[in-house]
Amino acid sequence: MEFTFDWEENKEKVKDFKIFMRENKGKKGALMAVLHEAQDKFGYLPKEIQELISKELRIPLSEIYGVATFYSQFSLVPKGEYKIGVCLGTACYVKGAQDILDKVEEELGITVGQTTPDRKFSLSATRCLGACGLAPVLVVNEDVYGRLKAEDVEEILNKYR
Amino acid sequence: MITIEDLNRIKEKTLANINLRQQEQKEIIDDKKDMDAHPTHVLVCGGTGCHSSDGDKIRELLAEKVKEKGLDKDVKVVLTGCFGLCEAGPNIVIYPEGIFYSHVKLEDVDEIVEEHFQKGHVVKRLLFKESYVDGAIKPVNEVNFYKKQTRIALRNCGLINPEDIDEYIALDGYQALAKVVTEMTQQEVIDLVKASNLRGRGGAGFPTGKKWETAFKYPADQKYVICNADEGDPGAFMDRSILEGDPHSVLEAMAICGYAIGADQGYIYVRAEYPIAVHRLEIAIEQAKEKGVLGKNIFGSDFNFDIELRLGAGAFVCGEGTALMESIEGKRGMPRTKIHRTAHKGLWGKPTIINNVETFANIPVIFQRGVDWFKSIGTKDSPGTKVFALGGKIKNTGLIEIPMGVTLRDIIFDIGGGIPDNKKFKAIQTGGPSGGCIPEEYLDTPVDFESLAELGSIMGSGGMVVMDEDNCMVDIARFFLDFTVEESCGKCVPCREGTKRMLEILERITEGEGAPEDIETLESLSETITTASLCGLGQTAANPVVSTLKYFRDEYEAHVNEKRCPGGTCQSLLEYFITEDCIGCTKCARNCPVSCISGKVKERHVIDTEKCIKCGTCMEVCPTGAVIKK
Repeated sequence: MEFTFDWEENKEKVKDFKIFMRENKGKKGALMAVLHEAQDKFGYLPKEIQELISKELRIPLSEIYGVATFYSQFSLVPKGEYKIGVCLGTACYVKGAQDILDKVEEELGITVGQTTPDRKFSLSATRCLGACGLAPVLVVNEDVYGRLKAEDVEEILNKYR
Repeated sequence: MITIEDLNRIKEKTLANINLRQQEQKEIIDDKKDMDAHPTHVLVCGGTGCHSSDGDKIRELLAEKVKEKGLDKDVKVVLTGCFGLCEAGPNIVIYPEGIFYSHVKLEDVDEIVEEHFQKGHVVKRLLFKESYVDGAIKPVNEVNFYKKQTRIALRNCGLINPEDIDEYIALDGYQALAKVVTEMTQQEVIDLVKASNLRGRGGAGFPTGKKWETAFKYPADQKYVICNADEGDPGAFMDRSILEGDPHSVLEAMAICGYAIGADQGYIYVRAEYPIAVHRLEIAIEQAKEKGVLGKNIFGSDFNFDIELRLGAGAFVCGEGTALMESIEGKRGMPRTKIHRTAHKGLWGKPTIINNVETFANIPVIFQRGVDWFKSIGTKDSPGTKVFALGGKIKNTGLIEIPMGVTLRDIIFDIGGGIPDNKKFKAIQTGGPSGGCIPEEYLDTPVDFESLAELGSIMGSGGMVVMDEDNCMVDIARFFLDFTVEESCGKCVPCREGTKRMLEILERITEGEGAPEDIETLESLSETITTASLCGLGQTAANPVVSTLKYFRDEYEAHVNEKRCPGGTCQSLLEYFITEDCIGCTKCARNCPVSCISGKVKERHVIDTEKCIKCGTCMEVCPTGAVIKK
């Protein structure tokens, strides 16, 4: 699915972001921090923003693209309003996390890495969240749901629908 | 600028306020007698586990209610780091008695405030189950889970408020740094760390003092200290707990390291997946700078040291030292070819010390209590303790710190409380995706760096995931390979291509398409990948397969030759079957989505395995448990 970046709508954010870049420009290894900021601000790393970073930090666009695609926290497509992460760490896996993930996919009609067309939900399979005591675990934005069974999934999703 | 006198003043002042948390409680608390109002500290666990189940809200509500009832003069509500017993969370401990409430809910807050704080009665139904037996209440340090532990790296976790530097100082915090920069030479510091024989807790067990000495020996205009907090092993969360519960111990140790090698800049590379840890580190660094224990002319010496946070972005390979450095430099986190040690040429080509969080957390206390004390704990070649994260099929999931040399059996069945639901133990996986699975017959092995390596596993960062009879070992190997394939950075061919081929074979086997020669191919691929890969990720990627092949070869053979999954996990190889326990209630037949179950009312039903899609609905709905998979 194609998502286009709306300059007009993001005018203020872009302005703030430019200030952030200028402040960090002189720092060694600033690219990671700048990409984190962009991901937080815009929810993803649109090509337009990558070009902006390239000009400001004087780093080739190809290199920025290389870094942006290397790390799983950076995304080139917009994330949903509610970011769902199903933990697939070992402790969660041995306690049935795959069943939870299957159920979420079935409920939302998207697979891992996708966003629903209404941009409401996006789904990822996360690495260990360190909440192994609560395995299996699912997160929706900041909210953590633990000790899950597949039948709990629908109720949780309904809270956000 | 802070002086040692200032430090001691803060220590005395704060210690007077918090020492009631430290009194050793041996006696059983008499619950027949009402307690008088007295200074009380209510410690609420603020680790990720408890935080996720409303821990933070419980703390806020407790504080609010205490204030509302006018009890805030006596009762102080404190947020702390992880208590370790995540299974029982959200956890609350009340000092000076050491009363341990577990599984606390928001609804319980009123009762705690009214019954306990106002009337002085212990709320028995909320006591941790093991601390209330036969009418006697045990204090928290007498609970088996804690009694067997020796807490060094976790010494302050769950005891102090991580967002208050004064509480850290009260428990001898920054004393070691003060001593180091005012009384010791660089060589003396290094000699002491070497003499302690502290080994890196990140996995490989490299002697820390030796590493520091290498960086010290190379002259350079700039050197760096890095704390590796990119804890990526699934099932390991000790570093996170230390950062959340006692961030200052890491900052202090990094400064000591900086002094020893001659560095004035430190970086903490922490996973972005740990927002609470990041937040507490930010606060800690700010407070340390304010107090002057970080910054310029620390304790009046000419030693300067500053620490900056750098966030990871979700790449497992960045836990590898050189990949981590590439990432700090703002590049793709791909490991470097190791011509030089990083202690010689590391971050931006300068001598760099990179140590793991837990390693650093051990440093200040070694300076405070001495080398002999440290070496008296653990084994000869691996002195000290190790923190393990217990997870999977075990009763007491959580974090434990024990002396090196304790056996796996003690860890699992004594501290961990054994396997839930009376299931049979099958294997314990240590060391995450680089480690291996250890079967029952080796459970009496004392745990240290060497013994686990001999068994074909590794200590790793200390994740331990317990598996029971329902887990399929081939599927576990497949799970780890799936992880490695995803996380391989793609720089070298053996890892990039080899792990992918291994995964394909394992997928084939778990789907029942395995051929007899597959097992041999797996073995040969394992050997090549282990020998020829560039970094630790590739070199250890085959371990889960090698170790399961070594100890559970029969399971592989059952999958390949008999098309059968002994663990009952691999869907494609399972068949559902209705036993004689069937009472003929027709529930399964009515719920089957493909109508493949037939049978008359009050007679045993039969599943047509040709038509069955193995969805498991029949098993879920059966009231007598007559449906089994085999």
